[in-house]
Amino acid sequence: MVVPLLVLRNLFRHKLRTLLTALGIVVAIASFGLLRTVVDAWYAGANASSSARLVTRSSVSLVFSLPLTYASKIRQIAGVEGVSWVNWFGGVYISERNFFPQFAIHAPSYLAMYPEILLADAERKAFYTDRQGAIAGRKLADQFGWKIGDTIPLKGTIYPGTWTFNLRGIYDGADKTVDQSTMFFHFDFLNESVKKVYPRRGDQAGLFVVRLRDPAQAAAVSQAIDATFANSLAETLTETEKAFQLSFVAMTEAILVAIQAVSFVVIVIIMAVMANTMAMTARERYGEYATLKALGFTGTFVAGLIVAESLLLALGAGMVGIALTFPLAGAFADAMGTLFPIFFVSEETVALQLGAALAVGLVAAAVPAWRVARIRIVDGLRAVA
Amino acid sequence: MVIPFTYVVRNLAARRLTTALTAGGMALVVYVFATVLMLAAGLEQTLVATGSDDNVVVIRKGSQTEVQSGIDRRQAAIVESLPGIATGADGRRLVSKEPVVLISLPKRESGKPSNVVIRGVTPEGYALRPQVRIVDGRLPRSGTAEVIAGRSVANGFRGAGRDETVRFASRDWTVVGVFDAGRTGFDSEIWGDAEQMLQAFRRLGFSSVIFRLADAARFDEMREAIEADPRLTLEAKRETRFYADQSEALSKFITYLGTAISVIFSIGAVLGAMITMYASVAARTGEIGTLRALGFSRGAILAAFLVESLLLGLVGGVVGLLGASFMQAISISTMNFQTFAEVAFSFALTPGIVASSLGFALAMGFVGGFLPAARAARMKIVDALRAA
Repeated sequence: MVVPLLVLRNLFRHKLRTLLTALGIVVAIASFGLLRTVVDAWYAGANASSSARLVTRSSVSLVFSLPLTYASKIRQIAGVEGVSWVNWFGGVYISERNFFPQFAIHAPSYLAMYPEILLADAERKAFYTDRQGAIAGRKLADQFGWKIGDTIPLKGTIYPGTWTFNLRGIYDGADKTVDQSTMFFHFDFLNESVKKVYPRRGDQAGLFVVRLRDPAQAAAVSQAIDATFANSLAETLTETEKAFQLSFVAMTEAILVAIQAVSFVVIVIIMAVMANTMAMTARERYGEYATLKALGFTGTFVAGLIVAESLLLALGAGMVGIALTFPLAGAFADAMGTLFPIFFVSEETVALQLGAALAVGLVAAAVPAWRVARIRIVDGLRAVA
Repeated sequence: MVIPFTYVVRNLAARRLTTALTAGGMALVVYVFATVLMLAAGLEQTLVATGSDDNVVVIRKGSQTEVQSGIDRRQAAIVESLPGIATGADGRRLVSKEPVVLISLPKRESGKPSNVVIRGVTPEGYALRPQVRIVDGRLPRSGTAEVIAGRSVANGFRGAGRDETVRFASRDWTVVGVFDAGRTGFDSEIWGDAEQMLQAFRRLGFSSVIFRLADAARFDEMREAIEADPRLTLEAKRETRFYADQSEALSKFITYLGTAISVIFSIGAVLGAMITMYASVAARTGEIGTLRALGFSRGAILAAFLVESLLLGLVGGVVGLLGASFMQAISISTMNFQTFAEVAFSFALTPGIVASSLGFALAMGFVGGFLPAARAARMKIVDALRAA
């Protein structure tokens, strides 16, 4: 087979140029993948949500809480299997830079509702029996070097004062989409302490999580819950867990759109670089291509040579870029710590990277291939690079 | 002897496609670099401009933002009676005790809800913020369910425009006016009567107390007085500092992410420049030999090729900056992580950004051009002439 050999030889005629172009493609494809993964991480919460769970919160905004008595009223609504309640704590661990989410939960009902949170039985028991107990995700515990039995002080921003918790368990996720950088502690501990200081702020839940008997009933049950509390002092807004998570994503949508746009810019940049390489390469070889045509090879064949060379370079370098994305994403996730609790390269990202490499190869070859196919033999032979 | 500048320019002009593609790649990198810096600068400018240096914001200790803070009436009264607070034209102390909450409103375009700050203000509140002007309609009458909306909120959210109504806290509130706060954070807020808000949201206390210092230089004394008072669990910050702190996380995030992206992208553009310059050197081997034979030194050759590459970078830089400067017309609205509230800001092109973008472009040209230029300068006259 002479033709593939010709393409290969052509590709490595200018070793330095090929190497530099390939390097550029590797960098572009890897950074494209990394940026897509950052965007994915934003949606991680929504993707991990279950269709069998609803979230009920104050219709005014998340800043407003709901009376705890709502729990028993929600439980009476047809189609509801279980109810749990959560408060966002918003504490600061040592410094504001160590941000991680903390929730005050009604532990038995909450952990029953989230079977993907895996906790050893002994640790679960220890957590339930210690009023001041807390559990933390594996990733969070690793980041701060926490061990079971440690005391964790948090400075409250919403609930004044310094609160100390005893770490009673470290949970794992059932799969990699489970957020392992959250800390949970007992709602009752928070509630009782709050009631002592601010009686009016007691017995209030930030939001209720509702488990459905049948996920298909989500819309009907949501309406039933909201109708129950309509025209009360604390009206509710109930939506699926996914919609609830997506509403957070939507708030920072402008940034997401920017990152997505920028991830395509890098592909356009590398298209310009690669197009330049192919244009120069073809220009230098006009004489040779004209000779091939003079020997009887068709314009399509000669153009095919250029396309094949371009695709070989783009896809080869693209593959290396894709392979590099994985260790890069791992390093990035480690550096970011709990800021991006869920961070992994999805199959879709890999497919997009491959598509981008293909597009770069094709676009770069387009103009030179077209020119070479159409060039008159005489002009080609006369051409000077 | 120095090789004439026109030689360099004409070389670039001779290979238009290659020059355009290489400079285009650099232009895109500079565009991203400048845009990101402009975004961070715009956010900082908006929030820093929100504060005034002789105003002081008092919130509950450790609460970080006004929304998380709570000050009961007793504590607010103690702050109000402190000496050192300026008095207004009518002889009243310039103190505004304000409830601040978040409500979620649907965006005008997408219908997706986002958090908007609702601030209850007193007549003194307006005196404390002279930059706030009503541009359409009038001020709300006190004791009524009337509100005014900042320009960004009025444009960006459903029901927040003039004569529309927003529903929150089981009540309909009529928007009787739209105010312009001179591109500050207040443009992203809705204001109403403080006492009405307290009742509607069933709050017993305020969120923050804002006052004007009689003597701006005596801030530290006032702060110590507030923070040392055992009856108060409050902290005081200059208003400028308070808002600057709120822009910190988001602007740092934007700057870090943007710089990291730009640096990675610049690798691609630098490689592009390198390819172009190597090709340029290879194609002109004979010319280089001739130039050397004519008596031009190695240094002159090095300089000529470096200048060519720098010029390439400069063209890319100018084009990229030009593209970025159009972004100033666009305003962005997103959630500030720290306050959890929507904040609108625009891209701001500062002289510093122009300088660093051009510097960045020239650096890309220099890095991309150095090795090829060195190769050109190192050629032996005989070899170069023979190669031609």
